[in-house]
Amino acid sequence: MGLSESIRLALEGLRANKMRSVLTMLGIIIGIGAVIGILTVGNGLTGSITGSMSGLGASNIGVTLQEKDDDTGGMASMMGMINPDDDDLITDEMLDTLRERYGEYIVGIAIGESAGSGQAKDGRLYANVGLSGVNEEYQAVQNIDLLGGRWIQQKDIDGQRNVCVVSDKLVNNMFSGNISTALNSEVKIERNGEMLSFRIVGVYEYEASAMGYSMASEKDISTAAYLPISTAKHITGAPDGHSGITIQASSDIDSQAMASVIEDFLNHFYRNNKDYSVIAIAMSSMVESLSSIMNTLSIAISIIAGISLLVGGIGVMNIMLVSVTERTREIGTRKALGATNNDIRVQFVVESIIVCLIGGFIGIVLGTLLGYMGSSLLSEPSYPTAGYIILAVGFSMAIGIFFGYYPANKAAKLDPIEALRYE
Amino acid sequence: MAQDAAPIIRMRGIYKRFYIGQPNELEILHGIDLDVEKGEFLSIVGPSGSGKSTLMNVIGVLDRPTEGAYILDGTAVNRARDDDLSAIRNRKIGFVFQNFNLISRTNAQKNVELPMMYAGVPGGKRSARARELLEMVGMGNRRNHQPNELSGGQKQRVAIARAMANDPAIILADEPTGALDSKTGRMVMDLFHQLNREQGKTIVLITHNQELALETDRFVTMRDGRLYVGDTGEVVQYGT
Repeated sequence: MGLSESIRLALEGLRANKMRSVLTMLGIIIGIGAVIGILTVGNGLTGSITGSMSGLGASNIGVTLQEKDDDTGGMASMMGMINPDDDDLITDEMLDTLRERYGEYIVGIAIGESAGSGQAKDGRLYANVGLSGVNEEYQAVQNIDLLGGRWIQQKDIDGQRNVCVVSDKLVNNMFSGNISTALNSEVKIERNGEMLSFRIVGVYEYEASAMGYSMASEKDISTAAYLPISTAKHITGAPDGHSGITIQASSDIDSQAMASVIEDFLNHFYRNNKDYSVIAIAMSSMVESLSSIMNTLSIAISIIAGISLLVGGIGVMNIMLVSVTERTREIGTRKALGATNNDIRVQFVVESIIVCLIGGFIGIVLGTLLGYMGSSLLSEPSYPTAGYIILAVGFSMAIGIFFGYYPANKAAKLDPIEALRYE
Repeated sequence: MAQDAAPIIRMRGIYKRFYIGQPNELEILHGIDLDVEKGEFLSIVGPSGSGKSTLMNVIGVLDRPTEGAYILDGTAVNRARDDDLSAIRNRKIGFVFQNFNLISRTNAQKNVELPMMYAGVPGGKRSARARELLEMVGMGNRRNHQPNELSGGQKQRVAIARAMANDPAIILADEPTGALDSKTGRMVMDLFHQLNREQGKTIVLITHNQELALETDRFVTMRDGRLYVGDTGEVVQYGT
């Protein structure tokens, strides 16, 4: 008996019990759908997070202070959870020697320090801002796009001028979106109850980051207002040094190797410091470790979802056993008419495979939909990869064979005389 | 000896025992001898519990005898493996059951095609042959009916067409009229006579009804695990 005959017989069997076949499939549909959906959403998230991080500069190297007994791998300093003394900070002199020594490999050194948050006000108009003191190189290193005007320049820093570069969001809120009106206008920013006044010299394009998913409404969203670093330090009264900087390595060198060179070089200055040292981490290695964490996470969740597949498979086996019992007489008749044990076994295994494959296909469609919707909500819309689909089809088939074999074998081994006599 | 002179069924000293080696060991067939000639219409009569069904299972190769020789159409079947027994049932025996045993949810045409499907007959040929057989039993216009849309007599005619599918050496009918009223039972018996007369089919009819047995070429009686000639006291026995 050929395979096409077995498939025809199996479809006949399934059609005869439509409701039951659909219910049996449901377990497989949900299992495969969940796994495909989760993997797709995970994939979309990983893609958008690593994408936005590399957008910040794949060749960037973050340099921060780290407590010598730190065991968080630099996490604590990145989260701003350290309190270095003034003389622990990275100084401009250190950066100058770094530039002298490795200038040819360094595109720029960005300095950016928070000067707290505030609110720009003009009558009833307002916009939330985070004040950030920056140097001239910050724009290039952090890849900030100007929509109008200019960036903070060295003369602003030297002159400690009260100028700022604001986001298009602020311009929307305060100047009805008109950039040319905004340029050279004064903006008043309230910070800790104190009114500060800045002249807007530039407007940049705000980009929401996938990491900093904000619950604030479009109007209340807080965007950065960039000030000259000297002005910012004057406002906060912070010491001259820096607790963290970002270095952009030239694109033709390995940024991870460069990171360790920079780390070693700067740590010379910290030989005798008993509290702090410097840690330099290349963005590319962060992207790598982050995407590997995301992958592990989505695989782990998929495995949990895969348990529902196991339950679905047990459901298939259960129904196949019922079906074998129900059709005992039919099996006896088939054997009397000349079906071999293998003919019977193949018939039932094929039936089980078909249930699982149909369930698997519906599950793939469902999972694709779920994954698309989920990933659209959380990040960029994405689809399951061909690999996931092949895996899902293979898995459905394997479940069909695995959970169908025992009932099929039971059917094949029935004694024809007993089976014919079965009521 | 010429092939057509040899009997289709040749049984010598067939014993069937159950629960062998256990305290409740049971011997149902006590050494049966039986020859059935080609083209013969034989009936085996016997009350229930006489061992009739066990003998039928052995003749139909559904079961192996514990002891003895059984040659069916030139093939020794006592030592065949399961798959070989399946093939023998498929090619050499056409079963007709008391309760029809048609596959439900499958139409008459597909039911008749079933033995040919297991024999590996290609689709087109199979379909044509099934059509021809259904015409022959007068069910040509019911080809696409499901078993539950057919009357008992119609079901049995489909079952007979199915039994004929692979042109078997014998038709083995187990109480084929048992579930039918006398009128449709008569029709089924007439169909057997017709097959026997016109196509020279060898038919073995198993029944408890002596009236039916009397209208066949020859009948033997099963009593307490032994076969007797007609309804006399003489045990059926052949020299080897």
